[in-house]
Amino acid sequence: MLADDDVDYLFQMRLHLQQAGYEVITAESQREAEELLQSVRPDLAIYDLMMETEDSGFILSYKTRRKYPDVPIIIATAVASETGVSFGLNTKEEKKWIKADLYLEKGIRKEQIQTEIEKLLNQ
Amino acid sequence: MKNLNVLVVDDEPGICSGVKRILERFTVSYPFMDEDRGFNVYESYTGEEAIDFIRQSPPDIVLLDNKLPGIQGTEVLDYINKNNREIIVMIITSYASLELAVKATEQGAYDFIPKPFTPQELKSSMENVTKNIFLRSMTKKLNKEGKEVRFQFLSVLSHELKSPLNAVEGYLQIMQERQGGKDISDYDQIIERSLQRIKGMRTLILDLLDLTKIQSDEQSKEYRQINLRQVARDAIESINPYAIQKDVSIELHDGEDITMHADSNDMEIVMNNLVSNAVKYNKKGGRVDIYIDRLEQGPRIQVSDTGIGMDPQETSRLFKEFVRIKNEKTKNITGSGLGLSIVKKVIDLYGGNIQVDSKPEQGSTFIVTLPVHEYKSETTTS
Repeated sequence: MLADDDVDYLFQMRLHLQQAGYEVITAESQREAEELLQSVRPDLAIYDLMMETEDSGFILSYKTRRKYPDVPIIIATAVASETGVSFGLNTKEEKKWIKADLYLEKGIRKEQIQTEIEKLLNQ
Repeated sequence: MKNLNVLVVDDEPGICSGVKRILERFTVSYPFMDEDRGFNVYESYTGEEAIDFIRQSPPDIVLLDNKLPGIQGTEVLDYINKNNREIIVMIITSYASLELAVKATEQGAYDFIPKPFTPQELKSSMENVTKNIFLRSMTKKLNKEGKEVRFQFLSVLSHELKSPLNAVEGYLQIMQERQGGKDISDYDQIIERSLQRIKGMRTLILDLLDLTKIQSDEQSKEYRQINLRQVARDAIESINPYAIQKDVSIELHDGEDITMHADSNDMEIVMNNLVSNAVKYNKKGGRVDIYIDRLEQGPRIQVSDTGIGMDPQETSRLFKEFVRIKNEKTKNITGSGLGLSIVKKVIDLYGGNIQVDSKPEQGSTFIVTLPVHEYKSETTTS
């Protein structure tokens, strides 16, 4: 499942993931994603961080985790660590309040995304 | 369970006890908090009492009525701003004085609750505040650990600049690898989207240039007598092709020529932004009406549209940088989120004022009033 308010990013990611053999469902907002989660349990979720609010991705992660504790979650964002919000999932503290498994910088190569997805799915 | 302390300042005992009743049975759970938060509610009936209370035991949140018997709510707000900046202030206000509440939020109040409010409205406001308090404490903690959490201009800017680059880069890669087929026509949609994103980025860059221009040194400005009506005519001329495309008609209503001592660039920025917004957020077959006249204190520009409009919460955020009102209606409208913050900066520079009056589905009216005095003319004669 992909949630992102950038329709172009959504289109491209969907294409890449479909070509890699995954089935993809998409949501264009946090609200749409929450609705989708009511009826669908994805095998993996990739959420944009800033959608309706600056922390939409965090909230979606939390809600996903509460409903489906085993679904791996990736947060993807174009906010650069050197200029902006700097957070990772490296310390225990961060893991405690950011309910995601992986944090990805947008714009990384699609092969790398695929590797990361495979890793999480095989855990 | 850790409770948040709330002080209600209102001369109507009914409001105080109502808030108390609602909040003392209410808890907030927020994704990242380990445990739910409840509320302890304290009451003050006057501003003086409230300040005494705050001095002795600063609460986490103050719910502040503006109209009080003694000193006014804004004075309590001033006191808090000076002495207890960490306290979150919510203004309780009647719809009639909403403008005042918006002003209060500019002066440091966190938000406002229009009166009369339902228990649900109070609860959802308190939920937001609680969330904000939590995130703030989290930010403080991360800062202490040498990490920076900054949702600031630069970080948002970098986000806004990188998103279109990522999008266009992604599309070019798709084309490079011929993922959509062999013919160039297979990529028509992708090319169209790329062009759209580049256009959006150009708007952003132009807005950024405007921003640096108005913040640049005084010497680069040229102050002379500007005919505001002419500025409006020029703006209409440049925006008209877009208006025709959107089936929106623009009318500059008759009146005498109004001149003002200003930098023409500045006035163009104001007019272009207001008129193009009025077209952009309009409906098919809609209208834009521009009135320019002179009040006692100086020129007034009024731009009204018959567009999608906004609710009071949306209007209160409107002039901040990179705030774009995101909802179903604005989803397909592109913008940098800088336009109105730039307009506001220019108007502030001239000591003027901008107001907005808006109703969802009916439209918005922006009113700019400018002072008549010759702005910093003594420094610009060189």
